[in-house]
Amino acid sequence: MTSAVTLAAEFSKPDVEYSLISPLLIVFGVACLGVLVEAFVARERRYLAQVVLGLVGVIGALVATIMVAANLAPQGDTAGRGEIAVEGAIAVDGPTVFLWGTILVLSLISVLLFAERHLEGGITAFAGQAAALPGTTAEREASTRGLEHTEVFPLMMFSIGGMLLFPAANDLITMFVALEILSLPLYLLCGLARRRRLLSQEAALKYFMLGAFSSGFFLYGIALTYGYAGSMNFGDIAEAITGRIGGQVLLLAGIGLIAVGLLFKVGAAPFHAWTPDVYQGAPTAVTAFMAACTKVAAFGALLRLFYVGFGAARWDWTPMIWVVAILTMLVGCLLAITQTDIKRMLAYSSIAHAGFILTGFVGLHQVDSFAGTQLSSVQAVLFYLVTYGFMTIGAFAVVTVVRDGSGETTHLARWAGLGKTSPLLAGVFAFFLLGMAGIPLTSGFTGKWAVFTSAVSGGAWPLVVVAVLLSVVAAFFYVRVIVLMFFSEPVGDGPTVTMPSVMTTVTITVGFAATVVLGVFPGPVLDLAANAGQFIR
Amino acid sequence: MSIPLAASAPVIDPSPASGVFNLLWVVIALPALGAALILLLGNRRTSGFAHLLGCATVLGSFVISLVLFVTLLGRDESDRQVGQVVYNWVDAGSFHAPFGLLYDQLSALFLLLITGVGSLIHIYSVGYMEHDARRARFFGYLNLFVAAMLTLVLGDNYLVLFLGWEGVGLASYLLIGFWQHKPSAAVAAKKAFVVNRVGDIGMALGTMLFFATFGTVSFAGISAAADRADDLTMTFLGLLLLLAACGKSAQVPLQSWLLDAMEGPTPVSALIHAATMVTAGVYLVVRSNFVFDHTELAQTAVVVVGAVTLLWGAIIGCAKDDIKKALAGSTMSQIGYMMLAAGLGPAGYAFAIFHLLTHGFFKANLFLGAGSVMHAMDDDVDMRHYGALSKAVPVTFLTFAIGYLAIIGIPPFAGFWSKDKIIEAAFGDNLVVGLATLVGAGITAFYMSRVMLMTYFGRKRWEEGVHPHESPKVMTIPLMVLAALSALGGLLIFGDWIVDWLAPVVGPEPELHLGVPTIVLTLVVLVVVLVGVAVAWLTVGRHEVPRTAPAKVSFATRAARADLYGDAFNEGVLMRPGDRFVEGLVVFDDRGVDAFVDGTASSFRGMSGTFRRLQTGYVRSYALSLLGGAVLVVLALLAVNIA
Repeated sequence: MTSAVTLAAEFSKPDVEYSLISPLLIVFGVACLGVLVEAFVARERRYLAQVVLGLVGVIGALVATIMVAANLAPQGDTAGRGEIAVEGAIAVDGPTVFLWGTILVLSLISVLLFAERHLEGGITAFAGQAAALPGTTAEREASTRGLEHTEVFPLMMFSIGGMLLFPAANDLITMFVALEILSLPLYLLCGLARRRRLLSQEAALKYFMLGAFSSGFFLYGIALTYGYAGSMNFGDIAEAITGRIGGQVLLLAGIGLIAVGLLFKVGAAPFHAWTPDVYQGAPTAVTAFMAACTKVAAFGALLRLFYVGFGAARWDWTPMIWVVAILTMLVGCLLAITQTDIKRMLAYSSIAHAGFILTGFVGLHQVDSFAGTQLSSVQAVLFYLVTYGFMTIGAFAVVTVVRDGSGETTHLARWAGLGKTSPLLAGVFAFFLLGMAGIPLTSGFTGKWAVFTSAVSGGAWPLVVVAVLLSVVAAFFYVRVIVLMFFSEPVGDGPTVTMPSVMTTVTITVGFAATVVLGVFPGPVLDLAANAGQFIR
Repeated sequence: MSIPLAASAPVIDPSPASGVFNLLWVVIALPALGAALILLLGNRRTSGFAHLLGCATVLGSFVISLVLFVTLLGRDESDRQVGQVVYNWVDAGSFHAPFGLLYDQLSALFLLLITGVGSLIHIYSVGYMEHDARRARFFGYLNLFVAAMLTLVLGDNYLVLFLGWEGVGLASYLLIGFWQHKPSAAVAAKKAFVVNRVGDIGMALGTMLFFATFGTVSFAGISAAADRADDLTMTFLGLLLLLAACGKSAQVPLQSWLLDAMEGPTPVSALIHAATMVTAGVYLVVRSNFVFDHTELAQTAVVVVGAVTLLWGAIIGCAKDDIKKALAGSTMSQIGYMMLAAGLGPAGYAFAIFHLLTHGFFKANLFLGAGSVMHAMDDDVDMRHYGALSKAVPVTFLTFAIGYLAIIGIPPFAGFWSKDKIIEAAFGDNLVVGLATLVGAGITAFYMSRVMLMTYFGRKRWEEGVHPHESPKVMTIPLMVLAALSALGGLLIFGDWIVDWLAPVVGPEPELHLGVPTIVLTLVVLVVVLVGVAVAWLTVGRHEVPRTAPAKVSFATRAARADLYGDAFNEGVLMRPGDRFVEGLVVFDDRGVDAFVDGTASSFRGMSGTFRRLQTGYVRSYALSLLGGAVLVVLALLAVNIA
């Protein structure tokens, strides 16, 4: 009895600010509802129910995010706005709501991509019966019966929920949980391709194994950091580092191992090896979603952990990030040159982009001490993530509609002369490529300009020199595709562009519009990023 | 209005346009509209009316210019500068340049010259170009030229001036090469364009330096602040403007294009390459008096350029058998006089403009006369094939003779008054410069008498089957009007009218200090001129003129025939080394730059191919690289911080 009484006395009811974390709750709630739909709604009505549920959930969360953003209160006398919620587990501040908004908008157009049924003749691009072995009678039967896995929508919702929680996590355990919530559904989604199922399943397995491996490093890093600071909370860790209590080796090893886990998620070299295989094997809609949203979420988490938790040890980890950034850009740009598959090329391109973002990451930390005209690295990285996300989803969405009899044609040689047969689509794709290459009047240029400016003002000019030189290399493989599309003769029985439904059209249009608008009038979104301010503790 | 210091140039301070001056922009708009209509609709669709439209727009501009001029005459002297902003052209950061127009005493005279002589030449062209299938296009180009030239002289800042400057360059290029089927015409057009480019660099750099120094490019702003600028900057500005003027006005060392420019139709030679465009350099120097008055060095450079060119052109004119080229040499020489006068400062500005006007009359007269003769001789330009034409083309002969008397400076014809004033001013400045102008006057008399004698007197040397006939009225009437102007143009100087008129723009003329009474100098000049005429009579008039140019001639004649080796100099000193340099660059580009770039690219490709193999597809090797990376990261962190 005594022990029970003691327990009761020690346990106090946690204080949860429901309104502040309402976007999270909405998404997770919708995900659970989706599971119930799978259980109780008739098979033929599930698709509609799930799509509507998904769209409503994401839009609802977006509205909630805007409400939260409008009501963020300034925190004390610091530059940040917002507050720490749920007993210190979640930080809802300017960068958090900016990232939430970004992830939710990108998720919204990803949902549309998931829901596309036109391209496969009235059925989604996901496996009819995932449990059936490829090449068996069961599989054939599943396809003839027109089965489809509508579970992808609740899986996606759970993943979105994890992505929202990831950059908002304010202690190491919450961050780890978020990491797993976002990753596990993705592992599954990667294996659910309707076509080329072996490749897809291989990708899922690779992603899962390597993801688990990197989670191990992450967890071990958490343990070491806890050993050093005696707390999981970022604020406490920061205080411990400022106080310089002993055990530097513990701290540095902890930083290093946690960094491995996060850099794995953003696809930075030398932890990038999974990216091309997984991006190629996964259903293209999933690739688009994962390439855009995971990167946004993971960079958000990286920024928060390293600026808030390990901010005081900045000079210890900056050289390491320099090396990783250079290596990442080098690997991404170099290996993309010789790729022959469009999805693999875009995968290496996303690795290169991770390198460019890391360049901004080590830029100017605090903007306060300077004139207000400069960009801090937080603003620059946030802006770059927005531009990158829209371009990436748009580009992968284009890949989904270039098809032949056996599904998507991703081999580059088959894209020759596409500009002559489908000038509009090829033009849009060329524009995305120019954007990724960072040509002025596209969002890619403004984004690059932002991170490079921030890096130069932060004194990282050698990094910027490398980045600019490698941008030249990158321009080669982007422009090569444009040349291939517009200046080569079409191959015989080449791919045809299948007219997608309005959903994929909307996705491509939104991506295109964002790339144009952010290139020509970047002001409003840059201001939004600037208003997001700094992280709070 | 700030009161200018005694020694400095007058400040330009226009008042806003009112009343009839609101029509100022129409003066430019009319020919611009004509050019746009004709050139945009195309030759075929406008061939029925383009010549009428072309004449009408320029005549319209002339009428407005006349009305404006009369109104300006009626105004008080302090109120004779009118400004009009057509629209806000450039407004970027601290750089403002409105499309502003400035109508003052100087531009008023230019307006009358350009539209007046321009109208006459347009009318003359109706007849001259009658049998040309592309006559409509020709009128389009002529209108384009007039619009650009008016922009040049009406602009109230250097940027608008530059717009007109480039516009006349374009029109000149198009018109020199108008008969583009002739390779010589195409080459001449290109040459004119390229040489003019050199001058245009001076204009562009000058405009930039104005902005960098004064923060503005407007005449008003610069003239007000000119006193505060340092002398070195002013010298640079003056030399840059001089470079620009040399290009446009065919002054040594950028003279080589003008003789070739005679490939264009003769009305073009009369309007652009004699009366108006080539005098733009003189306009530029006079308009920029607020610069040159602050820099003695640049002024001296202008005088030297003018003196060298006046002799250079005159010597070339002596040896040419092509009537147009002889006149072109003369044009070069006469502009040399103007340039020299402009370089003398307030002592010469007014006379430079005075000579510019009279030269515009008599040289247009002479060129159109030459065109009329060519018309009669089936487009033959070789004077050795002329002779005894005074009876065959009597009107042309008489008007040409008046122009001849005007250019060599026989009183009371226009050229006498204007050239005499320049010679006086030159002697007032410097004995050497004065002597140059004096000798130039003698040579002018010689080569013009030679042209006169070879064309109209002596024995017939006509080609077979040529039957000279007088030109139609549409060509002879403009000739008569121009002859009248050549005869009476000197009236402008009576009572020092033009000097007083221009004084508010260029500053008052200082008192002339000559060692002798001016009448003595005038008589000396007249004697020198008569000696020139006499020499011409003795060498050309008395003898039979051979039908082919003699090959055994003195070194001096050979040099003059070769344009004093101007082209040879350009070829030897600039073109061939330039070719070598470019060839070298090509080799460097092929073997150096390209090899480097290709080598870099292929090395990247090679590296890409090598590192690709690391992507084995086996998850075990990926995991190994993950582990290796993790170890590296941790070790690097520890090594950097603990060591």
